Amino acid sequence: MNAAYLIPALPLIGAIVLLFGGRRLREPLSGWLATIMAVGSFVATVIVWVSLLGKQASARSIDKNIFTWVPVNSLHVNAGLQLDPLSILWCLFVTGVGSLITLYSIGYMHGDPSFSRFFFLLNAFVFSMIVLVLADNYLFSFFGWEGVGFCSYGLIGFWFDRDTAAVAAKKAFVTNRVGDYGFMIALFLLFQHFGSFNYRDVLHSHLSGSFATGLALMLFLGAVGKSAQIPLYMWLPDAMEGPTPVSALIHAATMVTAGVYLVARSAPIIHFSSAAQWTISIIGAATALLAATIACNQNDIKRVLAYSTVSQLGYMFLGEGSGDYGAGIYHTVMHAFFKALLFLSAGAVIHALHDEQNMKRMGNLRRYLPITFPAFMIGFLALAAIPPFDGFWSKDAILAAAWHKSPALWAVGVLTAFLTAYYMTRQVVLVFFGQSRWFDHAKERGAAGDHHVYEAGGVPHEAPATMTVPLVILAAASVLGWLLDAPFGGLDFINKWLAPLFPPTVAPAFSVATGTKWLIGLVSVAFALAGLASGVAAWRRAVDRPRLEPAVLEHAWYIDEGVSRTVAGPLTRMANTFSFVIDGRLVDGLVRAVSGSFAASGRQLRRVQTGYVRNYALGISAGAVIILFYVSLRAGS
Amino acid sequence: MSVPSAWYLVLAAVLFGLGATGLLIRRNVLVMFMCIELMLNAVNLTFVTFSRDLNDIGGQVNVFFVLVVAAAEVVVGLAIIVAMFRRRAAATADDIHILKG
Repeated sequence: MNAAYLIPALPLIGAIVLLFGGRRLREPLSGWLATIMAVGSFVATVIVWVSLLGKQASARSIDKNIFTWVPVNSLHVNAGLQLDPLSILWCLFVTGVGSLITLYSIGYMHGDPSFSRFFFLLNAFVFSMIVLVLADNYLFSFFGWEGVGFCSYGLIGFWFDRDTAAVAAKKAFVTNRVGDYGFMIALFLLFQHFGSFNYRDVLHSHLSGSFATGLALMLFLGAVGKSAQIPLYMWLPDAMEGPTPVSALIHAATMVTAGVYLVARSAPIIHFSSAAQWTISIIGAATALLAATIACNQNDIKRVLAYSTVSQLGYMFLGEGSGDYGAGIYHTVMHAFFKALLFLSAGAVIHALHDEQNMKRMGNLRRYLPITFPAFMIGFLALAAIPPFDGFWSKDAILAAAWHKSPALWAVGVLTAFLTAYYMTRQVVLVFFGQSRWFDHAKERGAAGDHHVYEAGGVPHEAPATMTVPLVILAAASVLGWLLDAPFGGLDFINKWLAPLFPPTVAPAFSVATGTKWLIGLVSVAFALAGLASGVAAWRRAVDRPRLEPAVLEHAWYIDEGVSRTVAGPLTRMANTFSFVIDGRLVDGLVRAVSGSFAASGRQLRRVQTGYVRNYALGISAGAVIILFYVSLRAGS
Repeated sequence: MSVPSAWYLVLAAVLFGLGATGLLIRRNVLVMFMCIELMLNAVNLTFVTFSRDLNDIGGQVNVFFVLVVAAAEVVVGLAIIVAMFRRRAAATADDIHILKG
């Protein structure tokens, strides 16, 4: 199965070529190269997937060792690939959605002076994610994990000449580092306990409860950072400073799903610790609810989607923590489809309005965007969990698992479902319906010297084909994708496919009675419809509703401000103390004292050199006399 | 009857003392230079005296070395002195004290 090597190799080759030759390739060509590499990687993944399909369920795992990466004494860490159902599933949607986003970017990034750099980063991003997923040990996964962090830094700060983008990139990187510490501590624990990082060794041993809790929580801390859960979710909304395809890539295919993957991969560790499972589900549920409340009140079209991603990731962790890994992964895949669709459609809207992102200045766009509008509507219905679109089925599976874990978690999930439907309805109504408000604003911008708006006549235009084709494909996936794991008719492909990875010993099977299932489904549909109806009722006519938009929600519960006051304030002061007092006075003082003593003695000794020959001669004579005196004394004794 | 060695040594010491004193107290570069020559030759005299006394040819060999060094020194030193006198009519060693480091 040598196609396996091609999965990471193609994006890597693309990234290297674009890194060194990007300037020569120039505009459309470098974009097409990146797209071809991503699509090639997807094709290679499909080939591997088909070959795995032909095997027995228990034999579906191929190991490919590329080279021994760290050969130290008894520790052998390989740069090796492990192609099993979980990693291949992830690769399928990472490369699949990733290729569509790369294709879309050709249109979206048209005319950008750093066109090639963007595609270099996209390919490097996909490559890092593939390494993370395909690695056969935790350390090699960590390599991809850090690569993802680096590429996200480069992409969020792609327009680094904007202050906000540079700050957002830094924030994402630093926040992720906090999570990475968790991952690194988990690595240390693994090394200390097993002396090995290989999934094969680590995931098949019996662990004591407390050790498993510590290890699982540290791994989960890493996942919290990458997947933007409480308390490390703040970077994700700010990551909207990057170009829109980046948001789609980060939210749908790469980066944030890394945490979900890590938790799913570590399931055999986590199942030893019920405390860790509870932590994961509670954090997931809390994040889902918190982010959903914030999303209700954002005015930036992308920020709403960003908070909805945080919220949906909470659902995924809720599902995984509740022991139904299949449901969490199902939702990850569905979310990849519809969130990529939503972001790319939002990108098309922003593109049409020449970089306008404020929803309050949109409206009535359904008449001007004949492809984007239905695409966005499909994404909206999928995210709002209206059957039969994608989101409903996977969310229903998660809610059933949550019900089994604890009705309280389920209640939070249902409430979140209501809020999700509400804020998405608000977004759709503000953007696509009602009065068109962009026209006046476009005139203002034209008067202010923004000639792009005037040249286009002030009328929004539909995006080029490179942008609409991915929209259509993703829309189709958002309508039909749920069939991958439908809960009836023997269609639960994902569950069957993943079954060898989550045997009953790891994820004990539980059954929710059919009647309860129906009830759960009906309740969540009722809540979703209620959210939809209240959204329509509230936002059909009005653009500003101060009572529904309290400042506390617009400011995301003042959590960011609070963090910067309480943490950054004392932290800055401490850093200043270290910088100016301890480093500036103590450390530098010692160094300066040494150098100063040499300088001072030199200054004094310089006086000896008068330049008068007689002084030197006197010195020589005196020296000779002294030596003579000494020698004669010695000779005398 | 030969002259006792002590006489030679005393003469050499007197010559050396004269040279050293002259070097320290005179400012004229040419005179200072001659003083150095005087000191060198006083030492040569000592060498030769001891060479004769101890019946060791080594002292006389050393004299040759000193003479060679002195010749080299004369070449360099006189060149410097000529250069100095070209710049100004009466040059003393103190005039070039600004050459200090």
